[in-house]
Amino acid sequence: MGEGIVNDELPKRDDVRYIDKTRDYYRGEGYEKDYQWARFEEIPFTPLTKPLSQCRLGLVTTAEVSVRDAEVPDNLARDVYALSIDTPIDRLYSRKASYDKYATTLEDVNAFLPITPLRGLAAEGRIAGLASRFQVVYSNYSQRRSLEIDAPEVLRQCREDGVDAVLLAAV
Amino acid sequence: MSLVARYLEANGLPTVVFGCARDIVERCGVPRFVFSDFPLGNPCGKPYEPDMQRAIVEMGLDLLVSPGGPQPTFVVPFAWGDDTTWKEKVFTKEQPFLEGEDRDKWLRRKEEYRQLKAAGKV
Repeated sequence: MGEGIVNDELPKRDDVRYIDKTRDYYRGEGYEKDYQWARFEEIPFTPLTKPLSQCRLGLVTTAEVSVRDAEVPDNLARDVYALSIDTPIDRLYSRKASYDKYATTLEDVNAFLPITPLRGLAAEGRIAGLASRFQVVYSNYSQRRSLEIDAPEVLRQCREDGVDAVLLAAV
Repeated sequence: MSLVARYLEANGLPTVVFGCARDIVERCGVPRFVFSDFPLGNPCGKPYEPDMQRAIVEMGLDLLVSPGGPQPTFVVPFAWGDDTTWKEKVFTKEQPFLEGEDRDKWLRRKEEYRQLKAAGKV
């Protein structure tokens, strides 16, 4: 396991408390009902059962990725959609407006959809490869929608593509 | 995104979530989480820093092969920079999260969606 710091060893946490900050922010905007973030006690777990070098990986992002000069997916329906993993990366872009635009940009697709590093790892044999398409999931207000519509669709597509594990990048 | 990861896990697919909002992902609970203490938008490394991006992806793969059950949050050993004022400023009146056209668009879509829902079309 790399050089990172595991949870409890962290000397001092100063990560942004988004739950508190967004609650205060939206109250200030006049919203009376606080958003109830999902909370579960149990964490489901599936172990990886084969060597990574034999695994095909799926990739999912919430970055509302589209292909330049191509038709933009229907934003209103907010349905899960997929794009070819072989789309040249410089033809992909993010339409997402909800990110910290004061501090960063979404101009480098690999910063939220790491196709280039994964291709490198596949070329080196560290992983078997990538699914033929990646999935884009909208950040939905409705948890019920995420669980009953979006998640089953992602699962269906991942199974269809024969993926062994899935990387999900939340923007 | 965490809900989707949980659903995949519950249905037999191992997952790794990459994210920048630690409190939100931890509240929901996912078995493998690579946390970058970066502004919202770049969960897989800083823009135009391919070495860092690759390192973060590899940390996710390391987590994927970790034996046992759900893993503690893995914090990447990279800092966004010396200037941490973005942490205080995000979601403040000074820096509204959505403004101008983006905010109008969001409100419009919300209303359209509400109407479609009321009509039973979504």
